[in-house]
Amino acid sequence: MNGPLTRNMHELSIAMSIIELAQEESERRGVQVSAVHLKLGTLSGVVKEALLGSFEIACEDTSLKGARLVIEELPVLIFCTACGAQRPISSIQLFCCVDCGTPSDDVVQGKELEVVALEIEEWDRSPV
Amino acid sequence: MGSQPRLIEVRKNILKQNDLIARRLRQQFRAAGVFVVSLVSSPGSGKTMFLEKTLTRLRQNYRVAALVGDLATENDAVRLTRSQAPVKQITTGTLCHLEAAMVQNALEGWDLNQLDFLFIENVGNLVCPSSYDLGENLRLVLLSVTEGEDKPLKYPTIFNSADVAVVTKMDLASAVEFDGQAAYANVQAVRPGMQVLKLSARSGEGMDDYLDFLKKHLNESRVASNLSTANATP
Repeated sequence: MNGPLTRNMHELSIAMSIIELAQEESERRGVQVSAVHLKLGTLSGVVKEALLGSFEIACEDTSLKGARLVIEELPVLIFCTACGAQRPISSIQLFCCVDCGTPSDDVVQGKELEVVALEIEEWDRSPV
Repeated sequence: MGSQPRLIEVRKNILKQNDLIARRLRQQFRAAGVFVVSLVSSPGSGKTMFLEKTLTRLRQNYRVAALVGDLATENDAVRLTRSQAPVKQITTGTLCHLEAAMVQNALEGWDLNQLDFLFIENVGNLVCPSSYDLGENLRLVLLSVTEGEDKPLKYPTIFNSADVAVVTKMDLASAVEFDGQAAYANVQAVRPGMQVLKLSARSGEGMDDYLDFLKKHLNESRVASNLSTANATP
């Protein structure tokens, strides 16, 4: 049960949620979606490559077939009390302010898993 | 007629559905006065033994129950029934994590008002469960001494999503030359300020402190819940 499919299931179910969401929007607006723009935080628990692969497979038999998934990765930002500002962390293995080294567990960015925009094909109805 | 791409703004959280259900569950738990603890860990970290001892010991003075997520078998649930506490299995099939809806379904028929503690054992996996809120009050991430001190550095996301780290199988610590200080430092690196409990479910070492810790949390959550109810009453 621990084959690659099982490991990918998490991303696959998320890919299917993305597609569902895009389909709803496209039906509601009567447009064809050509790309989905996603914000993905480093701490979202979702692996970008696995999600891209899952998305392609999950699109196959849907109205989104051939649509692209455009992922913007958001690095972790913490609030540093010493600097009094949002700061990147030293590394994903070290939740300390990159500037002053103060540890912080106050994560202000990095957990996002959010569809931000849809790219649609719009037929120009104006006379040629 | 020509086609031209246009961008429309959407801004929708993919896990919104899960988060909504989780929020509803959290409200239900709060109203019923039940304190909910979820457990995440890699397979073989001693989760089931740990939970079995937790249920057995707490049952002496509290009303406890557990939901257990497992990919295919019901072995864990069978083992846990030895604790005499109500236990329900959630078989996830190929799904590598629990979602809030599964918890909601599994709770059907249970009267939450009759419980003090509810434990939710997630599928043994340190990757996928981190994204899913289950409505729990407290998420424990387990790290057994046999897994090595660097687990937090390898799985920073799940450690970051948890509230407390529990080092298990402490009775084996010297046999595997477990470096407790290094493990503690690694937890602090990925989650500054995180509380770390050390125990052995088998030998009982550290279990008293851990159970006291849970009882304290139950009491605190009930006080907080009563206060907010009192404040809400005109």
